[in-house]
Amino acid sequence: MTKAGNKSCINLKLKVWRQKGPDVKGRFETYKARDVSTNMSFLEMLDVVNEEMILSGKDPIAFDHDCREGICGACGTMVNGRAHGPEKGTTLCQLHMRHFSNGDTVIIEPWRSRAFKVVKDLVLDRSVFDKIIQAGGYISVNTGGAPDGNAIPVPQESAEKAMDAAACIGCGACVAACPNASAMLFVGAKVSQFTLLPQGLPEAKKRALAMIGKMDELGFGNCTNETECEKECPKEISIENIARMNREFLKAGLS
Amino acid sequence: MQWGLNWFICTLRSSIGKKLIMALTGLGFCIFLIAHLAGNLTICAGEDAFNSYSERLHALGPLVILTEIGLLFFAVTHVFIGAYLFYENFRARPEKYLIKKNAGGRTIGSVTMPYTGLFILLFIVLHLVDFHFVEKTDQTIYQIVLETFSNPGYAFFYIVSMIIVAIHVSHGFWSAFQTLGVSNSGYMSLFRVMGIVISLAVGFGFGLLPIYISFIS
Ligand code: HEM
Ligand code: SF4
Ligand code: FES
Repeated sequence: MTKAGNKSCINLKLKVWRQKGPDVKGRFETYKARDVSTNMSFLEMLDVVNEEMILSGKDPIAFDHDCREGICGACGTMVNGRAHGPEKGTTLCQLHMRHFSNGDTVIIEPWRSRAFKVVKDLVLDRSVFDKIIQAGGYISVNTGGAPDGNAIPVPQESAEKAMDAAACIGCGACVAACPNASAMLFVGAKVSQFTLLPQGLPEAKKRALAMIGKMDELGFGNCTNETECEKECPKEISIENIARMNREFLKAGLS
Repeated sequence: MQWGLNWFICTLRSSIGKKLIMALTGLGFCIFLIAHLAGNLTICAGEDAFNSYSERLHALGPLVILTEIGLLFFAVTHVFIGAYLFYENFRARPEKYLIKKNAGGRTIGSVTMPYTGLFILLFIVLHLVDFHFVEKTDQTIYQIVLETFSNPGYAFFYIVSMIIVAIHVSHGFWSAFQTLGVSNSGYMSLFRVMGIVISLAVGFGFGLLPIYISFIS
């Protein structure tokens, strides 16, 4: 085991948002993270802090996580004012402690939005995203025999763009980073991944209106094209998808 | 929500619908600004050119009045929907962050939109009082402009206002195209550059007029 003072080990001061439950007032508490290996991920660092807290009989910090390999979208907090921390195109679970220096103070806060409720500490209820998907983020297909692979031709460019949009893992960093707490990058990506493909076209109009309507109803803010979402998105989803969603809205209204 | 049945009401109610109205009215103002600047620049061709431009413009009669009513309607819409969006956005994050850093997307223009907007509203009211509703029977418009700008305090206020308009347009112009959905990856940088060019033209074009009038002509 390497110890602090050694280059690959650091000590940090953490300022973490603690909140016992959804309707309880929360506050920041300060902890020490000792002997953190710089090879650890941010979540592993929290694990170490939690282990120590459990051993001394304290309530560990609750945080969301699942895959820990940047594909599920469960993790995510603000780290020193940046969603998923300061690295580009990275989820919190993929953020490594080598990006921090010995003695740093790290402020850890949950995503803040009227639509996301704190369940406990850093754990959020993001079921509003599921509600938006339920409103229209699907295609209706008749089940039956598997269709022939090349029966529906898809241009390469559309396939690429649809795949880029479908890379969204629904983490909510776009909402967290947006000065207006708007969900338009998420919804734009989800509208785009279908509307770019022939399978998604028949329901395009209904889908765009239903998903946008649901998004508005849930209390997200309105996009003012600040482009903070695109900069913070761990999957680097482009705001081109917001423009496409706006286009789909116009098309649906005018046709 | 009932979509389709009452398209207009639904558009007004929805977030993107309100944004579309901001974009269309905002672009309307951009066109107006360019036309207004072109007209004002006739002052560089001398007193007579400017006075005759003003006379010929007002000789258009009903067309001018129609444009004025249109602009007033646009202004009221832009201001009220802008204010409502600002309120909704404020409400969307009841608990603020202890610290929040920009990730590199925001610009001076985008951060200050509501505030530059409010300032422009104030400017427009004063501007109309000074040059539109002013008594013009025994003074030409050129004389009025000359006299107003001879007050250094007013000239300063005017120049600052034009810089603020330029800042509003520096974000507003490209933002409107993004809102309208025209800006896909191929065109986005083009609209961004155009926005900067137009805001520089507006800032320098209008902003240098008082200096030109007071010191050069
Ligand atoms: C010379 C006059 C003006 C011009 C050329 C102008 C232009 C624009 C443009 C092009 C936009 C972008 C719309 C979009 O993002 O889609 C915009 C947004 C905005 N304007 Fe103006 N505007 C003017 C006056 C005003 C005034 C008087 C106010 C308010 C008092 C105002 C408040 C706003 C606000 C708050 C936004 C942001 C809205 C949003 O992005 O959702 N503007 N303006
Ligand atoms: S668009 Fe990006 S930031 Fe937003 S939910 Fe999807 S992956 Fe997360
Ligand atoms: S835990 Fe799955 S993306 Fe981070």
